[in-house]
Order: sequence, then structure tokens, then C-alpha cells
Amino acid sequence: MSSAERPSSSWTVRLRTRLARTVPPGQLLPDRQPAYVRSWIYVFGVASLAAFIYVIASGLVLTLKGATWWHTSATGHFVNSTHLWSVELFFFCMVIHLWGKFFMAAWRGNRGLTWVTGAIAFLASIGTAFTGYLSQTNFDSQWTAGQAKDGLNAVGVGAVFNVLNTGQMLLWHVMLLPLVVGVLIMLHVILVRRHGVVPPFDAEPPSAGDAAREDSLEEHSQPTAPPSTDAASTGAPQPVGPGR
Amino acid sequence: MTTRVRRSTRDATPDAHLFPTRPYDLVKEFVVALVVMGILTVLLAAVFSSPDRKAVSLRAWARAAPADVVATATAELAGTSTSATYGAPYNKAGPGQDLGPLHLQRWGGVRIPIDSARDLVLAPLHTVSGDAALTAALTTYQGASPAQEAKWANAYADALAAVPDGNPAKVKAGSYGPVPVLAGRFLNLASSGGLEGVLTTSDTFYGSNETKPLLLLTDGSYLEAQARVDHLGGDQWGMMNETGNYPGQPWMWLYTFWYQVKPFSTSGNADALVWGLMAVLTLLFILVPYIPGLRALPRHLGVHRLIWRNTTAKRAAK
Repeated sequence: MSSAERPSSSWTVRLRTRLARTVPPGQLLPDRQPAYVRSWIYVFGVASLAAFIYVIASGLVLTLKGATWWHTSATGHFVNSTHLWSVELFFFCMVIHLWGKFFMAAWRGNRGLTWVTGAIAFLASIGTAFTGYLSQTNFDSQWTAGQAKDGLNAVGVGAVFNVLNTGQMLLWHVMLLPLVVGVLIMLHVILVRRHGVVPPFDAEPPSAGDAAREDSLEEHSQPTAPPSTDAASTGAPQPVGPGR
Repeated sequence: MTTRVRRSTRDATPDAHLFPTRPYDLVKEFVVALVVMGILTVLLAAVFSSPDRKAVSLRAWARAAPADVVATATAELAGTSTSATYGAPYNKAGPGQDLGPLHLQRWGGVRIPIDSARDLVLAPLHTVSGDAALTAALTTYQGASPAQEAKWANAYADALAAVPDGNPAKVKAGSYGPVPVLAGRFLNLASSGGLEGVLTTSDTFYGSNETKPLLLLTDGSYLEAQARVDHLGGDQWGMMNETGNYPGQPWMWLYTFWYQVKPFSTSGNADALVWGLMAVLTLLFILVPYIPGLRALPRHLGVHRLIWRNTTAKRAAK
């Protein structure tokens, strides 16, 4: 093995190589998508992401003046309202995105982990919203806590995750769970970019002959890009061009 | 180029990057989504606002339902309240719920030890000074045997239950020992607004843990009565609702659903059963891609034809 082929001893180079293998540069922000990506259902993934940004932003504003500010300030109450409705929109978009991906069986083609990260992000979001209800310091918080404790205690975790401890729930809500959701969403998006959008059932990519003979499945089609995802995992140098 | 295909032999889904492409501006799509979501968020917030029903303070409870406070304090002393008979993680007074052969609640252990009579009633009363009758009542009560304490408290609880509205003033004379004085002074303490502080900051300067006052409040019937008015009861899909006409947490519909149907709605182990069932369903949900049969379901449902309409039609035409 020549020195040029030997793996670098530099941690920086190794990390850079690893990142490039995970998502080759052209796949991170491609300016083209497969021609079959042509439905409103695809919008709901990015809409969930956009709503999530408003959830975080409105939540950050609420943290500025403490947990009970919004009870006594009209501005605080409005910010709380934006927090509530951005959460509702986040879940609305996420649920449609989830059903869409289910009906597409979007885990096909080695995309199982993409589904798993999305599913866990959805569940973690439920936990985050739930702790939000417990942190409101109002009647809803009192009642929800009183009810929820029984479920958690029944399976032996009520002392570890004590819904009657408002301080604990608030910290989980503003720090721990949003961090988990944020990391999971990031991993999910990376996996989506790495593997690309799942093709339709039984779709076959056109051969070179087909591509020349017909305009394939969709108009505006372009020459097929070289396979990237699986090839990238071999560590082989990847050509990056249009259509990645 | 040599590529390494690591997919299952049964999953012949081709690489997405082998298909023809068309221009797609991801950044523009994201910015448009951001603008639309921003407008929707602000509009919904401005039009519908958000619910904020004030928390029930122990003082408000005492003033709105004094008989309930007296009955709850008596039940704590008698050891018959919900928290006093709960079991883990608060005490060993109850067996807790089981999930079949799994005694998960009991196995969780007593990690938040609470003696309802001592911690929720007697300890707060000990903080009151300058009340000779109360001091004497506490001395008498705590000087008696546990059996005698329970006898007094149970007798008073029965007497309260026998009069209209549980009004302590209408209770006939009986062998209640010092319990009426203790329960009456407890009502006074709650009415004064001093009870929350005693329950949350008795062992620390900072009060951020409402375990004790919430256990006390939920031992009474006032909170639940208020919740039921706002359609928040357990049999009213309460876990996913919130006060007022707001959407609440509709994403918890499946969890809440099980509490509405048998055998869960009538089981003493409902919480454990529902949580056990939801744990299984959650695992299935996460692992759909790896479960034979389930992962093939979408192909047979055919909804994908609505999504890939053009592609399907053109393939059929070929």
C-alpha cells in the first residue's frame, strides 16, 4: 500500500473523510431531485422542520422572563400562544409526513434507520409537549400531573420521572427533551439526504438506452447521476454533479 | 464503478440517485415553509390565543370547598385517602398495579417516601404557633396509639359523610378525639394561604417540587369536580384535552383511547395495562421497517398511487 492510500493519522482528516462518506457534498444540498418527487406530501417534512423552528424560537422567548411570566403579561401570553400553535402545527405537519412516509413504505432501500430516527423523534416530541403541559403552572398542569403520575407509577418510573415535581419537568421541557428532539431531527435529515427520496414501488431506473430513447417517467428528466449512497459507503471517490 | 449493495435480497428498491431528475430548490422550499408557518402561527395565536385557567391554590380550595378540605384532612389522618393507600413510590400501604406477573410498581420501590397523615397534615399543623387548643390536640393525637388515632379519624370521617354536604358544623357529637380540632385548624391554615409554603419549602428555601401539595389536592374531590366541568376526566378523554375549546394534545389519542374501553376502563390495573400495551405498540411503530408483513402493508393499501400518480400512470401506459 502506498503512502497515498494509507489512512491518514490525522483525526481531522479522518472526520472529514467520514463526513464526506456519510453525505457527499453534492447530496447535502442538491439542486435537483428525482423526477418522481412531485407531490404535496413531500412538503410536510420541511413544513415540520419550519414549525419546529418556531416552537424553539417562541420557547426561547418564554424562557427570558421565567416560568410564570406569561400569566401576568399580555406580551407573554401572546408569546405563549405562538408557542402553543406552533406546536400544534408541528404535530399536524409531522403526523401527515409520517402517514405519507408509511403509505410510501419509505423505509425501503436501506432506509430503515431513517424511519426509526423519525419515529423516535415523533415520540420524543410527544414527551416534550407533555412536559410543556406540566410546566404551564396553571390548572391544566395540576390536573395533567395528577392523572399522569398514576400511569408512570404503575410501571415503576414515577419516582425517576416525577410529574409532580414542576422544577424537574420544566428542565426536561426546556433543555433535555428539546436537545433529544433536535439531535434526532438532525440525524433524520442527514439520513434523508444520504439515501435520497425513496422511489415508487417497482420503479426501475432507466438504462442508458432507455434514457436516450425516451424521456423516461417524467418530463424535464436529466441524465442519471451515478449511484452515490451505497457507493459512498465503500469510501471510493465520488463524482459530484447535477442530480445528486 | 464498483458499488457495494448491502440491501436485503428481498428489498430490490433501486438507488434513488439512478433516476432521472428535475430541478428542485430545497432552500426556497424551506424559506417558503418558514414564511407560511410563521404567518399561520401568528394568525392562530392572534385569533385563538391560548388557555390559561388559573391554578387551584390550597387557599382557593379551602374557600370554595371547605368541607372537602376537612374531609380530605380527616382521610389523611385515617389512612384512607388515595395517597395514604397508594403504595410505591410513596409508601407500602398498597400493592400497586401489576402487569400480569410483573409487579412493576412495587419493584420501583418507595423512592419518594410520604406518610400522608404526618407529611400532609400533622407536620403543617406543627408550624402553627400561638394556638393552645391545636397544641393540645396534637399532643393528644400523637400520644395515642395508632389504633386509637385511626378509630377517631375513621369515626369522624363516617360522621362527615353522614351529614349533608359533609358540613363539619352539622356533625353530631361522637368519639372523635382531637380529630375535629385538627381538621378544623387544617382548614384555617389552608384558608390563610400558608399551606403551600409549608408543604413545598419545609425542608428547603426554594420550592420547585409540588409533589406534596399536588398529592393533597388530588386526594380531595374538588380538583376532579373542576376538571370534569372542563371535560378533563379520565373517562372524558381527559389526558389529551385541555381547558376551554382548544385542541390539547390530539397526538395522545391512542393512549387516551384505551382508557375509554373495556377491559381497561373497568380494570384496577388500567394504568399498567395501558402502558404495557402502548409500549408494545410503540415498539411496533418504531420497528415497522423490520417486521415482515407489516412492512409490506403499504404496498397493498395502494395509497401510494395517489402520491406517485404520474409515475404509476406512465408505467401502466408502457
